Amino acid sequence: MATAAAVGHGHPPTTTGLDHRKIAIWAFIGSECMLFTSLISTYLVYKGRSVTGPFPHEVCNPPQCATTLQPILNIPITSVSTFVLLMSSLAMVLALAAVQNKDKPGWAGTGWWARQLESSKLWLLMTAILGATFLGFQAYEFTSFVHEGLTIRKNLFGSSFFTLTGFHGAHVTVGVLWLLTLLAIDMRRGLGPKDALNVDIAALYWHFVDVVWIAIFTLVYLIK
Amino acid sequence: MAHDHPQSSGSKSEHAEEHAHPTWSVYWKIATILTLITAFEVWVYYIPAFVATKLFVPSLLIMSAVKFAIVVMFYMHLKYDHKLFRALFTGPLIIAGATMVVLLFLFGHLVVG
Repeated sequence: MATAAAVGHGHPPTTTGLDHRKIAIWAFIGSECMLFTSLISTYLVYKGRSVTGPFPHEVCNPPQCATTLQPILNIPITSVSTFVLLMSSLAMVLALAAVQNKDKPGWAGTGWWARQLESSKLWLLMTAILGATFLGFQAYEFTSFVHEGLTIRKNLFGSSFFTLTGFHGAHVTVGVLWLLTLLAIDMRRGLGPKDALNVDIAALYWHFVDVVWIAIFTLVYLIK
Repeated sequence: MAHDHPQSSGSKSEHAEEHAHPTWSVYWKIATILTLITAFEVWVYYIPAFVATKLFVPSLLIMSAVKFAIVVMFYMHLKYDHKLFRALFTGPLIIAGATMVVLLFLFGHLVVG
């Protein structure tokens, strides 16, 4: 029976036969879906209703603005940061696979590349570095926007944009700290199959942050 | 995941289906697909003639939805996991999506007819 299986895997039997921690993270992710959808909806509702510039995709000319302001969104930079976040998701699944298969040496094959694939430390570190790089891009973007005159109080675009992307950035920050904690545990005592669920929960959170950015990138940055 | 043992799973095939996660080579292929779709999204953004058509927004939304679904199904393993997890994710997602569409209608961003 599944209950017996659940006991055998080190946690008390549950009515569903599923680990409560995993149910909790999926319920949390479901609630986070609603949070980010409300923020994206707010951005879309206010889109095109700012009375003063800078604007995301349009030039702002006098008298609407004191001087001519170019469209503020930097698509090439954001495309690179989107790529970085996508690659961090790849690193995360490889970290999880490495932890799950820690007790099966050679599961990834033979040779130098296979040895790298089996290193959970490498992939956890890589995920954290890529996440931190994404945050660096976001910090650069926010700083350049402020220098160009867009603040959270400037117009409806600034308010909704900084709130939405700021919330996302805060989630990425939490994710990076979570990954660094897992990395510290891995370096201290090593993560193995018995820790797979803990890494899986962190991975689900990280991938969720990634899918939220997939939506933001299209709805905020690409759709004019 | 070693811990996810559905209580109702009587058959071995169902059990195996819920645990057969992709291999690392599949993960790399998925990453390549995601990168190519993203590159294509950015490419069409820089084609003024395409941006001016009615296809621009729907095509971007479809590509974004495909990327979203790929990450959720394969990286988050929802394709292989228990149906309760699927319900916990898709339920709120459907409510949130419907709320967004209603809000866009309410504030005049979407118009019928």
